[in-house]
Amino acid sequence: MKVNEVPQDDANLFEGKTRDVQYAVGEDGKYTTVKSVGWDPKNTAMLQVWEVEKEKIDQAKKLVISGKKSPLYFHMIRCLMHVKLVASYTGLPRWKVKRHFKPDVFHKLPDHILDKYVYAFGLKSREDLQNLDADED
Amino acid sequence: MQMKINFEHRMSAHCENGVISNLLRYYGIELSEPMVFGIGSGIYFSYLPFYKLNGMPVTSFRPWPGLIFKRITRALNIEMHSQRFRDPERAMQELNNNLNKGIPTGMVVGVFHLTYFPAPYRFHFNAHNIVAFGQENGEYLISDPVMENTERLSAFDLKRVRFSGGIAKPKGKMYYIKSVPEHVDIESAIRKGLKRTVLEMLKLPGPIIGITGIKYLGSRIRKWPSKLGERKAGQYLGQIVRMQEEIGTGGAGFRFLFAAFLQEASEKLAIPALNELSMEMTKVGDQWREFAVKAGRIYKGRHSTETYDELSDFLIKIAENEKKVYQGIDKAIR
Repeated sequence: MKVNEVPQDDANLFEGKTRDVQYAVGEDGKYTTVKSVGWDPKNTAMLQVWEVEKEKIDQAKKLVISGKKSPLYFHMIRCLMHVKLVASYTGLPRWKVKRHFKPDVFHKLPDHILDKYVYAFGLKSREDLQNLDADED
Repeated sequence: MQMKINFEHRMSAHCENGVISNLLRYYGIELSEPMVFGIGSGIYFSYLPFYKLNGMPVTSFRPWPGLIFKRITRALNIEMHSQRFRDPERAMQELNNNLNKGIPTGMVVGVFHLTYFPAPYRFHFNAHNIVAFGQENGEYLISDPVMENTERLSAFDLKRVRFSGGIAKPKGKMYYIKSVPEHVDIESAIRKGLKRTVLEMLKLPGPIIGITGIKYLGSRIRKWPSKLGERKAGQYLGQIVRMQEEIGTGGAGFRFLFAAFLQEASEKLAIPALNELSMEMTKVGDQWREFAVKAGRIYKGRHSTETYDELSDFLIKIAENEKKVYQGIDKAIR
């Protein structure tokens, strides 16, 4: 790849926070680095992964809205987590995490347990646990 | 506590190379990212059909995290200290002690809760490397080699990423250089790195590693659409391209980074043949890029003329071309 061939296909995957370092050959035949905002095949592959995740997230949202699952379930899926991982971040046993997916159980949870979930899901407050639009952060 | 170590942050393609390169420079050893990568024999290939990530087989273009580090310190005789913790509070205390002594300190962290990272890249990946080089207004000053600028993390956020959950937990792992030798023998380190690369890519037994691994993957791709269906097969292809091009490979699954190393090695060892091999490797890298373009046309699902059969053949051809480069290296360094 030559320096002038380094692609700059922006799909905003870096959100303007950084760029990717690419190694390319300069005019003098020597290798150098060029920063790139993205490349189409890679962007598509990344978006493909998120598309699959988005489907799962939407499904989880529906289950919460219809009252079948508690919001914790939604946040777990939103954070690309599974029960084991949630257990690991909260320090709770897996069976308890699963039990907290029941809306009735969830609504009675004391604050100190809710705080564990706030920490695990990277939220700011307990109120955010009720927010099902948190994936647009 | 307010303190800042005079640490130069330089961006790199890959976090592990970058942290090593930046830490070494602080202690007066100037090694570029390609050098670190090459001496640590960073180029690699393995296809693990039985080991699944997100339900897809793992294709890896680099050795196990931490390995390049180990090889560099051994090859250059650098004394490193590294430790893990059970207690997060102690892990933070030890970090503070280190910073107070003016020691830039490397850490292994998970990226999911890394607040400054672009959201689309925040997966549960637990082998990211960063360096802390100070504290200001209660925040840690962070040099993350894949970020263009230095970043900041609160103690709360740093603790969370140091004790992230999931596969291969970092457990607060931190490391720092204790001493460096007065003289480092770069030439012999380069030779060692090249020899190990030839061994790993050409000579290791079994079907999943090195050139044979690439060919094996090539032969499997052919069967994906009939075995998995179009959608899943497309996702499998996408996974390969992600591993090949995602943040940190410098393009073409580290092939360009390796070509850059061959070029530098050619000068340092005064072996012109290595420069020619560097150009050959660049061509191989270009073919890997072409592979990604072809694969992309398929998984985009725009009724392309590209087929899985063609892709299979193409990958096997790439493997043949890449093989010649390693054979050339084998000859050139004898």
